[in-house]
This record gives sequence, structure tokens and C-alpha cells, in this order.
Amino acid sequence: MPRLTIDDLKKLREQAAGAIALRSGTARAKVTIHMGTCGIAAGAREIMAALLAEIERQGVTDVIVTTSGCAGLCSREPMATVEVRAQAPVKYVNLTPERMVRVFQGHVLGGEVVTESALAAGCETTG
Amino acid sequence: MAFRSHVLVCAGTGCVSCGSFDLGIALEKELGKRGLSGEVQVVRTGCQGFCAEGPVLIVQPEEVFYCGLKTSDVPMLVEEHLLKGRPVRKLMYTPPAAPAPVPTLSQIPFFAKQKLVVLRNRGLIDPEKIDDYIARDGYAALAKAVSEMTPEDIIREIKLSGLRGRGGGGFPAGVKWATCRQAALHRGVEPILVCNADEGDPGAFMDRSIVESDPHAVIEGMVIGARAIGAKQGFVYIRHEYPIARERLAKALDQAREYGLLGRGILDTKFDFDISIVQGAGAFVCGESTALMASLEGKAGEPRAKYIHTVEYGYKNLPTNLNNVETWANVPLIINRGAAWFTTMGSGDVSENPWNGSSGTKVFSLVGKVNNTGLIEVPMGITLREIIFDIGGGIPRGRAFKAVQTGGPSGGCLPATHLDMPVDFDSLTAAGSMMGSGGMIVMDDQTCMVDVARYFIGFLTEESCGKCIPCREGLRCSLDVLTRITEGKGEEGDVALLEEMGTVMQDACLCALGSSAPNPVISTLRYFRDEYDAHVREHRCPAGVCKALITYQIDQAKCDGCHACVTACSTGAITGQVKYPHLLNQDLCIKCGACLDACKRDAVVRA
Repeated sequence: MPRLTIDDLKKLREQAAGAIALRSGTARAKVTIHMGTCGIAAGAREIMAALLAEIERQGVTDVIVTTSGCAGLCSREPMATVEVRAQAPVKYVNLTPERMVRVFQGHVLGGEVVTESALAAGCETTG
Repeated sequence: MAFRSHVLVCAGTGCVSCGSFDLGIALEKELGKRGLSGEVQVVRTGCQGFCAEGPVLIVQPEEVFYCGLKTSDVPMLVEEHLLKGRPVRKLMYTPPAAPAPVPTLSQIPFFAKQKLVVLRNRGLIDPEKIDDYIARDGYAALAKAVSEMTPEDIIREIKLSGLRGRGGGGFPAGVKWATCRQAALHRGVEPILVCNADEGDPGAFMDRSIVESDPHAVIEGMVIGARAIGAKQGFVYIRHEYPIARERLAKALDQAREYGLLGRGILDTKFDFDISIVQGAGAFVCGESTALMASLEGKAGEPRAKYIHTVEYGYKNLPTNLNNVETWANVPLIINRGAAWFTTMGSGDVSENPWNGSSGTKVFSLVGKVNNTGLIEVPMGITLREIIFDIGGGIPRGRAFKAVQTGGPSGGCLPATHLDMPVDFDSLTAAGSMMGSGGMIVMDDQTCMVDVARYFIGFLTEESCGKCIPCREGLRCSLDVLTRITEGKGEEGDVALLEEMGTVMQDACLCALGSSAPNPVISTLRYFRDEYDAHVREHRCPAGVCKALITYQIDQAKCDGCHACVTACSTGAITGQVKYPHLLNQDLCIKCGACLDACKRDAVVRA
């Protein structure tokens, strides 16, 4: 990647904003695993591994799996956020590999929020 | 005058990223144009839970929900709905028949009461991808700072924002920057920029989380600071115990360099600045500015007397500007959205003088005896009660709140009578505690305040560098006295001795570690003196914590011989036949309290 000028930065922002918003692009859903120190200590890596294994087993190719930092509620880690296209993101708490697989099957593939592990829908207030 | 209508514009992260701020501004402008400003109020709310169709808003009292709005829809919306009272059907959302299966975040107090500024990207971006950060307006403030603002403009904006150092002292950042810039210009040398990521307070993890979840925010803040102060070289001093934060930061620095946002010729201008990471060895004293600089230079981490401050003679005797992680992470937003926006949050009026209030938000790590432990960001001026009971969800198992410790080991413990106190720099200091870097430890009625003071003094005794005698010996003697009291060997006069030593340390220690070290003792004495008296005079620990002062016994009349305590006891101190009252052998008892927790008939008594 070349060094940016101010104009390049603006263009890059527009491109990248589309990429993270799930609005454009072809992915049907995005799963964010919260991997702060708290999440990792509570088992976020195992959650991630279970999710990736399930995605591979089912041969799904249009789901984005990504990582992010602490979601704030450290006492309920490991946490993941599932965002299905054109729906509000849902935060899942106290996950285990088995629960993560059920969330993937139920919510990402099945389209129904898995209430067993779901905390809430939506995102936080900024600014 | 009361408003006849409220327009609730969602300011959740999702809607903000699709333009709800601009929408709010456009609404206010249009209402002004139509002369409706006095009748209709625009309110920014927490996430309304329908991020997918953002930006969304609700018009009250009719409760009409609009979604997917653009600023170009505003004139029609205002004219039709707010002026003529005809809801605009084509901008409305038809809800699906089924009710939502889970609540929205804004219905959960833990999230609803928070306001994310520094943590705006938490949980949303991949911290290892610079493009994610850029997508959420990352480095836009830097572009503004290098193309539209002079260094003086930047410093003025930071001063006007009232931003005070988030590392503990609460010194106004803009004033510090100006002093550093002046010192460097005056001497004709290049100043140095340092980010303090040596978070050492037990129970505190704000800075770690910020670096882990959004490292570019810290970098961008530092680059803007470098432009303002005129620095070419910067350091992040981060402790060894934060491996993930360090790795993510190193990766972020590489990415920023590759994009030309760091290094030579930043954003194709003549501005050069680079940052290196320096690892600390986890010494608490190295959070102190002069000790940190000594450690940066490769010397032992010991402070020096501060007749001359580090902004004039710091790292290698160069003017050095030190701010902590959270302070730096605030900078890009202040530059992007302006000081006026920043001062809408917080308490006090900082327009004349940043010392007059606390603007912005503060990140706290909320831990201890509280249901929702975690990392929170709240506007300054929120009360302790809101933090502990609304966000924190109260005390586990319905126990009573006793105290909250703020400001780390050198902070203080505040009792229940202070729950409605606003949380800002000056209120906390006036109450005998401090903001510190943002640790917040909640304690319930099973916490012994003498024991708490002993714990913190013990921590500080180990962390004292030993350079000055008041700190080294004062802490050691205080620890001896406190230990004696918790062992039931306290004597009349001990409490007065603790107070005397504390006063001397406050006056005579070389650095802030020592001068603030008596705070745990002094604040617990101020609010919980009766507990000290109970230990010393009655040899009793009211909270039932200090082992030397408690015994466990089995009430023979209540014991039904269920054997649960026998199973729970790890030392075999309890004996007895099933269905017959048991006996506890005091010689074998280690006072762990396992029998008390195991007994269902309240037959185990702690005295």
C-alpha cells in the first residue's frame, strides 16, 4: 500500500466504511468475537476455533468472521456479536464452543435469535 | 417553556456511523428556519436497537418511528410532521408482526447509562486492521490537524475542551502541551512525546483495553500532539504484563507507518514523527513521570525531586510531554468534533479555566463486589450510585454496599453516604479520594476496612522504590501497625500513630507514590474509624474477615447433623455422627468459613 495523501485517506475511508458496514458486499452475516484479554482468558479462542470449524464443516462461504476488543461486560465473557444483514446486531454472552455452534446454526443460518445465550440487540451510544 | 414535541435521534454507534449526527444538526437547523426551535426539541438518545435501518429517530409524543433517513429528508419531515402534524408515511417503518426476541441494549442499564467516546470503536472494529479504524473516521482528525490547523490552533482547541489528564493528576492537557512547546522553542531543542501505558493499579485495566481494542486512536492522538508541540520522536511506555496490547500496538504502528501516517512526511506534508514502544518491567512507581523517564533512559525507575518539571527537563533533559493512554485517545475526537462538543459532556464550566470542571467522559474498570464487572465509559459528573447500582447492577447476593475504592492504591474508600456524589476530579479529591486512572473497586459489608487498608499499604510497601526515607520507612511502619491491628494486637495510640505517619508522608515524600500512599489509611480512618476502634479496643472484626479476631462455632441446638460442614471442611476440624449435632475443634480450624457457607440451618456461628 502506498503512502497516503489526505485525498487518498478520504477515498480509503469511503471504501472501508462500505466494507465494515455489511450494507454493501455479498456477505450475509458478520460474527465478531470479542478478543480482549478478558475474552481470551474466558475462552474466546476456543469459541473462535469452534465457529471456524463449524463454518468449514458446513461449507459456508458468505459469513465474515472477525475479531474485536473487549465489549465492556467482562463478567459475561466470552462474548460474540452476530450481525445478520439488514438486522440489528445481537450480543451473545457466556458462550461455550457448543453454544457458539448453536448460535451459528440458529441465528446466522436459521435467522432466529438464539435466546439461550442472547443478551440484547443493538449497539451502544457513542459521543 | 415546555416543548410540545421531542425528536429522539438515535446516537448509537450504528446510527452514528450512518450519519445521525449530521441528521440531528440538519433537524435543528431546519427547525430554527421554521421558527420551531422553542417548540420541538432534538434529543440524542442511546441505541434504539434498530441499527440495520439507521439512522433512526422517534417523534414524540406520537411515537412515530422513522428510519433510513438522509439529511435531504429533513425539510420534508419538518414541514409535514412537525409543522403540519402529518406523519410522513414513506419514511416510516412498518414493524414485523413478531415481537423482538431479545431486549435492546438501551433497555439494559449496563449499556444505556454509558457514553462511548474513547471506547467508541470497542467491539466494533478489528484492532489489527487500520482500514477498520479509518472507516470509522480514523485519522480524519490528523488530516484536519495537518492541513487546516496550526500548532497553536490545536493547542487552543485542547485548552478550550478542558481535557484534563486521565492518568490520575487531572492536569489540563492543553496547558501542559503549551508549556512543553514553549520550553522547546525557548531552548531550541526538539521536545519528546510519551504515552504512559504503565497502568499499575490493582484492579485497573482501562488503558490495556483501550490499546487492545483501538490502538490507532492512541497513535492518532499522539501524532496530533506531536504536530502541536513540535515533536519528532515519541514513546509508548507499556508494561511487560500486557502482551496482547503490546502486540496490537506494534502491529498498528507498522500499519500507520506503511500508510504514511507515521514516520517521515506524514500525509504527504513536511511533518515527521515516529513512535517506538518501550517495555516497562511492571514497577508501580514507573507510572510516576520522573521515574518513568528514568526507566525510559535505561536507568533504575526512581523518581527525582520535581523542582523542575519534566515538561521542561524530562527524557534526556529534553522537554517531555507525558500523557496517559486515555488522554491521547480523547484527542482525535476533540479535534474532529471541536472543543464545544466535548464540553457538552461533563460537569462544571471549563470555558474560562480547565481547572473549574471536568469535561468529557471517563473510562472506569468496575470490579469487586458488583454484579456487572467490566469496562465502562460514563460522562463526568455521573453519580457513584448510578455507576454501582445501575451500570454495575448492584451488589451480588443482595448484600449491603459498604464502600467504593477509587483511584487505585493511592486513592481512598468512600462510604454509602457519598453514593450521590458526582464523579469528577474535584469532588473525588474533596471527599478524600481521587479520580486516579479509573479503577473502581466496590466492597460489600463482608469487607473489613482495616484489612483493605492493610492490603493497599502492603502493595505500596512492595512497590516503593526506596529512594526516599519517608516513603520507604513510613510505609513499612504503617504496614506493621496495620498488621498488628488486624491480628488483634493493636494498642491504644496505634491509630494516632498511623495518622501522624500519614501526615508526614504527605508532606515529605519525594514523589506522588509516597505522598498519596497514606490515602487508603487516612480515608478509611475518616469514614470507618469505628472499625479501627473495634479491632483495637474490643479485639473484634465487625466484618468477620480478620482471622485472628474471629472464631467459628457450631450451635448445638440448631445443628441437625446433616454432615454438609464436615464435607466442606478441608482440615477435618468438624466431627460428628450423621443426625447428631457436630463439634468443631478450634485447634484444627483455619477459619476459612467454608462450613458457614455450607450450613443450611444457620448452625455455624461466626463470632
